[in-house]
Amino acid sequence: MSDALKYFRQDRLPHIWCPGCGHGTVTGALVRAIERLGLDKNKVCVVSGIGCSSRAVGYLDFDTLHTAHGRALAFATGIKLSRPDLKVIVMTGDGDCTAIGGNHFIHAARRNIGITTIVMNNEIYGMTSGQYSPMTPKGLLGTTAPYGNAERSFDLCELAKASGATFVGRGTSFHVPLLIDLIEKALQNDGFSVVEAITQCPTYLGRKNKLGGAVEMLNWIKDKTVNAKAAAALPPEKKAGKLLIGELHNAPAPEFAGEYGELIGKVQRSFENIKGGLWECASNSD
Amino acid sequence: MPKTVKLMQGNEACTAGALAAGLKFYAGYPITPSTEIAELCAEELPKIGGKFIQMEDEIGSIAAIIGASLTGKKSMTATSGPGFSLMQECLGYASLCEIPLVIVNVQRMGPSTGMPTSPAQADVMQARWGTHGDHPVIVLAPGNVRECFELTLRAFDLSEKYRVPAIVLTDEVIGHMREKVELPDPADVKPVRRAAPKSPAGYKPYAVESDSATPLMAPFGEGYRWHVTGLFHDESGFPSNKPEVADKLLRRLMAKVEKNAADIEDYATESLEDCDIAVISFGSSAMSSLSAVRRLRKEGKKAGMLRLKTIWPFPETVVRELAGHAKTIFVPEMNLGQLALEVERVVGCRSRVVRVGKVNGELFRPEEIYNAIMGAK
Ligand SMILES: Cc1ncc(C[n+]2csc(CCOP(=O)(O)OP(=O)(O)O)c2C)c(N)n1
Ligand code: SF4
Ligand SMILES: [Mg+2]
Repeated sequence: MSDALKYFRQDRLPHIWCPGCGHGTVTGALVRAIERLGLDKNKVCVVSGIGCSSRAVGYLDFDTLHTAHGRALAFATGIKLSRPDLKVIVMTGDGDCTAIGGNHFIHAARRNIGITTIVMNNEIYGMTSGQYSPMTPKGLLGTTAPYGNAERSFDLCELAKASGATFVGRGTSFHVPLLIDLIEKALQNDGFSVVEAITQCPTYLGRKNKLGGAVEMLNWIKDKTVNAKAAAALPPEKKAGKLLIGELHNAPAPEFAGEYGELIGKVQRSFENIKGGLWECASNSD
Repeated sequence: MPKTVKLMQGNEACTAGALAAGLKFYAGYPITPSTEIAELCAEELPKIGGKFIQMEDEIGSIAAIIGASLTGKKSMTATSGPGFSLMQECLGYASLCEIPLVIVNVQRMGPSTGMPTSPAQADVMQARWGTHGDHPVIVLAPGNVRECFELTLRAFDLSEKYRVPAIVLTDEVIGHMREKVELPDPADVKPVRRAAPKSPAGYKPYAVESDSATPLMAPFGEGYRWHVTGLFHDESGFPSNKPEVADKLLRRLMAKVEKNAADIEDYATESLEDCDIAVISFGSSAMSSLSAVRRLRKEGKKAGMLRLKTIWPFPETVVRELAGHAKTIFVPEMNLGQLALEVERVVGCRSRVVRVGKVNGELFRPEEIYNAIMGAK
């Protein structure tokens, strides 16, 4: 960790998370992946929405933007399109990303804009104290699901893939080396990448559902997931109802901000010697 | 380059004004009667290396321009009622975080989907108070096509200078009307740019020298590594729950506009000095009002006109002075009394204030205003 420490704003600690919360583990995995790639601190920008997970950005020593609930990807889209040279990362929660921010998620994926999205999925609304989210498994209890969640949940990775994301992986706060690998690959993909990180909220999901503390929840996460590669060789009964982890989709395609830049080049060349149009009003001083 | 004269539509003039100000980033979502602005930006921005993006909705649009503005680019979006409603949460974000940006709201009849192709001026209060919480905002209202150019340019200047979001409030008539516009020589336009720190060393993003000052703004991606949050924050930019920090920040944000009101306020007058019948109006209603006032003058009535180009901050001083001598003040507007509320507040009981509202989706005819004035008991 020592080398990765330089990416933290250590003067901002202690963090706000509860003891045993998995968000710190995911944040640590992101920083280790960044460290492995040796990214320039000054050329990384991390954007988040609202939620316990989204507070991660305040502890990271980059240009950081803590936005409005659900809107991180839309803010990040403005940054990436304006400055395609920056590495833009979004840290978001399951509620932030798939409920209020679901539409921005679909469209960021569709565009294949170069943003690495880390979804810290604790399957609950942590910050607002335990309401069910679109990622809460059916039947689990939440403060707004006192008789068990009656709704079906998303498969976020399938959604990302179907929407056009070019790298998709799922890791967990239990499988940390895998999570770091996935984030590293996601950061290397020039396009829209999604890493879903299943993580634990002992304070709300854990307590409400009597899942125990952090250790028990980590085992619970371990038991409900299976590695995608290993799963191929397993009999159906061994993988029924389990979530696949690992690299789930990797299909590079032209990145949007870069392509738009090329388009600008073409437009500028074809208008070089033509007068007229509003752009003559354009100020060059800016 | 000599001055150019062009026949332009209001929406086109807004776009030209934005380009003259140095617009480099536009994000928007199509909505009548503002769409021409998006279409023109999509066409013109790539020619100058600027960026255009059609977002998935208006929330995404304002979010994207905030992101782009943080990278140092002058950024804008345009919309109308339903879209403006969707933008409110992030408008407050820009106010609190002090992110310069411009929104053109080409007003149409509301509430709801309303009458998409009909003019209205009923977003006056929404433009001021639409987002939750006390917050600063600057709102300018062009009264003709040339002013669409001038005031959009000015909206950028003010927004950059004070780091306050600026709204250009036009309406369907102003937006779609065509007039001859004399555009300035680009060399004569000197757009304002936000003040930036000199180096990242010791940069405190929200440190200021006085309790009404605008802090220096560093662009993202240049080594400042600062933090922006919609939580109340101290001068370091990081969240703070301290009551004194919150109090100080909110008062400073408001003071940026209040203490600089004289710099921001702008209006046009006609025959105000000796009038005892005054008309206060703005935007397309002011065009009809002016005809009515001139007719009254011709007929020997002491009528005068105050046309507001700045709506927020509300130009109190000039209205207060008017209250001294005009017996009656008429406020024609395409709503049921929004600007009139401010006039009433400032004037108190020193003059009689008469609301002249029109809400059928049609522009005032001059004789309607003339008749309202003549018919007032
Ligand atoms: C527009 C809006 N609606 C609701 C909220 C309240 N709110 C804050 S965080 C949150 C849920 C966060 O859940 P998630 O994204 O899963 O993050 P977690 O706290 O679980 O990490 C909600 C509903 C808000 N801040 N803004
Ligand atoms: S409430 Fe849950 S998600 Fe939030 S910090 Fe505590 S454990 Fe983590
Ligand atoms: Mg959550």
